[in-house]
Amino acid sequence: MTTLTKAGNTGVTFSLDGEDVPFKPGETILQAARRAGRYIPHLCWHPDFHAQGSCRVCIVRVKGRAGSACTLQAAAGEVVESNTDELNAERKMLLQMLFVEGNHFCPSCEKSGNCLLQATAYEMKMEDVLFEEFYPLRPIDASHADVLIDFNRCILCELCVRASHDVDGKDVFAIAGHGIGTHLVVNSMSGKLVDTDMALTDRAASICPVGAILPKRRGFVIPIGERRYDPHTAADPGTQEAS
Amino acid sequence: MVPAHGLLSQAACIADEPIESLVSRYACDPHALVQILREAQARHTWLPRDMLSFVASTLGLTLAHVEGVATFYRFFHTQPVGEYRVLFSDNITDRMQGNAALLADLCQRLGVEPGQMRADGRVSVDFCSCTGLCDQGPSLLINHHQVVTRLDAERVARIAFLIEARVPVSDWPAHWSRVDDHIRRADVLLDTPLPPGAAIAAALARGACGLVDEMTTSNLRGRGGAGFVTGKKWELCRDAKGSEHYMVCNADEGEPGTFKDRVLLTCHPDMVFEGMTIGALAIGARRGLVYLRGEYRYLLEPLRDVLQRRRDAHLLGTAIQGHTGFDFDIEIHVGAGAYVCGEESSLIESLEGKRGTPRIRPPFPAEHGYLGQPTAVDNVETLCAATHIALQGGAWWAAIGTPRSTGTNIHSVSGDCDRPGIYEYPMGTSIDRILEDCGAHDTQAVQVGGPSGKCLSAMEFGRRISFEDLPTAGAFMVFDRSRDMFEVARNYAGFFAEESCGFCTPCRVGTALVVKSMDKLAAGRGSRHDVDLLSGIDTLMHGTTHCGLGGSACNALHDTIVKFRPAYERRLKSLHFEPAFDLDAELADARRATGRDDAAAHLESTP
Repeated sequence: MTTLTKAGNTGVTFSLDGEDVPFKPGETILQAARRAGRYIPHLCWHPDFHAQGSCRVCIVRVKGRAGSACTLQAAAGEVVESNTDELNAERKMLLQMLFVEGNHFCPSCEKSGNCLLQATAYEMKMEDVLFEEFYPLRPIDASHADVLIDFNRCILCELCVRASHDVDGKDVFAIAGHGIGTHLVVNSMSGKLVDTDMALTDRAASICPVGAILPKRRGFVIPIGERRYDPHTAADPGTQEAS
Repeated sequence: MVPAHGLLSQAACIADEPIESLVSRYACDPHALVQILREAQARHTWLPRDMLSFVASTLGLTLAHVEGVATFYRFFHTQPVGEYRVLFSDNITDRMQGNAALLADLCQRLGVEPGQMRADGRVSVDFCSCTGLCDQGPSLLINHHQVVTRLDAERVARIAFLIEARVPVSDWPAHWSRVDDHIRRADVLLDTPLPPGAAIAAALARGACGLVDEMTTSNLRGRGGAGFVTGKKWELCRDAKGSEHYMVCNADEGEPGTFKDRVLLTCHPDMVFEGMTIGALAIGARRGLVYLRGEYRYLLEPLRDVLQRRRDAHLLGTAIQGHTGFDFDIEIHVGAGAYVCGEESSLIESLEGKRGTPRIRPPFPAEHGYLGQPTAVDNVETLCAATHIALQGGAWWAAIGTPRSTGTNIHSVSGDCDRPGIYEYPMGTSIDRILEDCGAHDTQAVQVGGPSGKCLSAMEFGRRISFEDLPTAGAFMVFDRSRDMFEVARNYAGFFAEESCGFCTPCRVGTALVVKSMDKLAAGRGSRHDVDLLSGIDTLMHGTTHCGLGGSACNALHDTIVKFRPAYERRLKSLHFEPAFDLDAELADARRATGRDDAAAHLESTP
């Protein structure tokens, strides 16, 4: 079943939607696909950080079983399905869930055009939100001099949590609550960003794939029409990371 | 690490222990965070932010991390709660026994809103997930410690009086907290006498390898739901490299309608601990941990007494039964209200003092478990079976049941039947047989394995309990023809939304959307579109969730839509689209602003 297939001299491969993708030992399906310039939709995954597997948008099917491409180890000769109508429909529904869970008003969002959630939704041909919105009440944290947090747009990808821990060594963020009440919290007695040692130069300040963590006083510095996903789509290589 | 046991039980008596000494009693170990928070709350009623901050700094953790843990578990309070915290178990069986009316009655008597603290701080009343007392409900849990079973109007009235009079819970009538075992049918597991230590002696005689061989021969499969072959798990764990190996007993019996582990821990704790000790011999563990669900907090002291008795009898500790080099001891970790911690990797996260979020698997706990070391996690009933197998041999167990599902299986029977309680049968027993034995009449449906299991209609009662046909984690809830299966599914939907860990998108949002849709249907505002949407969410959750619990969260919904569709359809206001909100009511503000209330200011009312 798992016969070793060779792709030129590059080594062992697996098949992604019928095309061979080479991989190094220990790589996940998403890592290998990414290196090969192949697109598997994702939100919570970033090449610089350990996989989290929570957004589930990178769902793929291997031997009839579904799993997240960011956590599944690539295996020689394996047949991986990703870009199928069925999986894309599931991705679309996951995106619709994220859109109704928070408050995402793209037209008024500074991240519009640079937003991975929005771009992925376009890519998955999402035209409506399908479900009834939750309209949660999530106050903004504008306490910090340079960084704004708009929790309304948070999709709980935990990239800021990982960046603040792994790169900045500050642990400014954590996840609290449970179920639909799960939310991002800030590590200070007041719970406000101003009382942390967060700096604009922190990786956590620029890692957010949506418009939840934004630098202040940079509104529309890049005009609409010249933003990342204006000339590109989320499927284009190298367009998927904010930083 | 958690310090010596003698110290623990001694200090547990110090009711007014300051937080400083509580934290130092746990040697400032961040892995003890959940235990520290639990004990701190038991003393101080709730967990103020400055306390969380103190705990965080003492343990070398961030406040945000501690806040994350404290807000993950349902039994922790980061906002003030009443001096008396009353939680009504809200399984469907409690519902059927009238818990909602009793809660309303208690709230009215006490002048408190459900889910809120009374202004004077005396009392809070709310619902909680199933407390595992379905055979003697409705039941409630007070201060996350003491249970009151067999609630009725009179008992509720007395409770209101005692709370108003501020009578300590320890002085309430003792018989209110009586928990019956209700063992109605015992087979080899519950009926074979086992002198403590006999199975350990037998296991030592077989040797660690011989023991694993017997387990493999028995083909015992885990009774917690996943059904992994126990011998195989022990072998993998034994062979995995690590500086320590750990033996963990999963006593986080959170599946609504399941209470067999409660009865095993009450009636046969030696059998459970002996199973852990045998497992420790097999995998080479020196430390064992029992993860006892927070709802069974009242079992903690009796279980610790049993552990001490076993230490005194050289069945735990160093050189067990005089066997040099066989050292093993057991600690009990108490949960704090989180169903997801029944999933073994969440359970391990919780043991490590973290949020109970399921880990990415592989690696599996057998190779990378507690503190990253090889860990065998086995269910209470599985360990009891292992004890018997060590004594009587694998072939003996394999001869019971069916070839692929060996041995016996314990069912927690509740709902519409004359004799709810514990029933042990050989694997392969039919639903019909169990229904007959428990005195069920005019049965419409049986939920086997709890909300994450299967809902069977009458035409399926010939099916048999087994891994090849109907696997179960022990729950067996009976519904007669007077019951509304839509409301059964709606109760389960509420359970999963409450218990979702919130980690992955489909479970976090999906379970909440299911509740919204079902509430809409229940309010008579649903349409066929809503039923189709529910089916769509069910399909999505089956294929995309991070863990198995999310994957099974819509099982009852799926089964009831397929098998009891009229229960849904009779709620549909129209077969066409119906908005979730009341259009006419939305115009009320406009009418008020314009001072109109004539017929033309209203939308046409729908028939």
